[in-house]
Amino acid sequence: MSGYTRDEMMTVAASRLLQDGQVCFVGIGLPSAACNLARLTHAPGLVLIYESGTIGTRPQVLPLSIGDGELAETAVCVVPLPEIFSDYLQAGRIDIGFLGAAQIDRHGNLNSTVIGSYDRPRTRLPGAGGATEIAAHAGEVFIVMKATPRSFVPKLDFQTSGGHFAGRAQSGAKGRGPCVVVTDVGILRPRAPDGELMLAATYPGIAVGDARAAIGWPLAVVAKPESVAPPTAAELETLRALQLRTEAAHREPVRLPT
Amino acid sequence: MTQFVPLDAAIREHVADGACVALEGFTHLIPFAAGNEIIRQGRRELHLVRMTPDLIYDQMIGAGTARKLSFSWGGNPGVGSAHRIRDAVEQGWPRPLELDEHTHAGMAAAYRAGAARLPFGMLRGYIGTDLPRHNPCIRSVRCPYTGEEIATVPALNPDVTILHAQRADSRGNVAITGIVGAAREAGLAAAKLLVTVEEIVPEFPPAMNNVVLPHFTVTAVSHCPGGAWPSYAQGLYARDNDFYLKWDAIARDRDQFTAWIDRHVRGTRDHREFLASLQSGAT
Repeated sequence: MSGYTRDEMMTVAASRLLQDGQVCFVGIGLPSAACNLARLTHAPGLVLIYESGTIGTRPQVLPLSIGDGELAETAVCVVPLPEIFSDYLQAGRIDIGFLGAAQIDRHGNLNSTVIGSYDRPRTRLPGAGGATEIAAHAGEVFIVMKATPRSFVPKLDFQTSGGHFAGRAQSGAKGRGPCVVVTDVGILRPRAPDGELMLAATYPGIAVGDARAAIGWPLAVVAKPESVAPPTAAELETLRALQLRTEAAHREPVRLPT
Repeated sequence: MTQFVPLDAAIREHVADGACVALEGFTHLIPFAAGNEIIRQGRRELHLVRMTPDLIYDQMIGAGTARKLSFSWGGNPGVGSAHRIRDAVEQGWPRPLELDEHTHAGMAAAYRAGAARLPFGMLRGYIGTDLPRHNPCIRSVRCPYTGEEIATVPALNPDVTILHAQRADSRGNVAITGIVGAAREAGLAAAKLLVTVEEIVPEFPPAMNNVVLPHFTVTAVSHCPGGAWPSYAQGLYARDNDFYLKWDAIARDRDQFTAWIDRHVRGTRDHREFLASLQSGAT
């Protein structure tokens, strides 16, 4: 199998990082695709938690929103939202938290609040949602973002969620912070001791130079970057079938109640 | 005693200009019909509270009902921006909007504190974020036992919380099936609780833990089938994902938005007419 997109490579690379039995706090979009791909391939016992309160959900199709009915119908249980944040996330019961954002800096700090100043923003973004506390308390944070110089920036306009910021160890954050950043041009990992993100693995056909060009700071590269294997036929087949099922389900017209 | 009244009467009696109002429902059971009725009655100067101001507050803020917003995530879920909220924040249209911005965990703690009539909620939160620098309400206390510094948020106690639910019984007990979000906490935090429901039944079967809000916490129940559209009511109708996509185009432009509100909300008498107007013509 040779034909696949960068999005597919990225989704497959993220899914391979998940281990069977882990408890994952999942967001909409690519993280949701990656987690469900992992669940349908090598990690059938993966526990998916969406912030709407659905625990252990096994959706047949990918949700369009964080609280789709499909997530509740296929969940082990549905709990009130305050419980998810206090008694699960804050209490340290989440192994992996997935995050994305509009901007990321070299220490894995994230911005999903504003572009420009807070009081007079050029672009008002949706805001933190669950991200700030996921970044603090999930055992590990996996970040999934397409790399462009506009999104991988030397300096954030606003820090919504903390990565490897100065003082993290004394901050009360219970988790280890961002452990990996999966992009469409390769995989970044933080280096000790300051947590600066470095290119740690490359994809087939994407050179180190391509990755550097997509990152807005001078990207450091580990001594011997790993090579990520291309998606297997089985991975692509499972992912594409999931996406086809999703498109078909979301095309069904809704009967307006009368 | 829980009142059983039409939605327009409930809003007229219980939602005053300038009130602090929370319309909750996390993706599921969003009380859109009540939001529309507030627009229809021309309420002004509201302090709106909601964890996820999505289409319902895009409509209410774009229609000029609000002066202030307490929230933790504002957008069109799975689609992109809430264009009317953005316009209010970025350009002050149709009027400037004061923001009281939190995280989900912070909002949840504030509702929980409000429900318990405590003065503040606390959490291990707001770590590694610039939010406290821009919101002076986010503070901290020192734990008297361990000395740990813990973040605090003032309790949320809305004048009125409005929810949508699948059903109520004839006494006013309210049952929700599926995702509940922060509905219970927001309902119990408020001075008054209005609930629109898909159906009213004489009696629930023995409920065990199914009754989410007992009748003595419910101020008024209004029968309003389809009252959560375009969100959904588990077991009754699905989320109209297509409308969420269409809303992106409607809300992007001020004139187009206002024309839509004038025609479908201000130009209809109630939710039944509103739904019919959407079926009969292009949105």
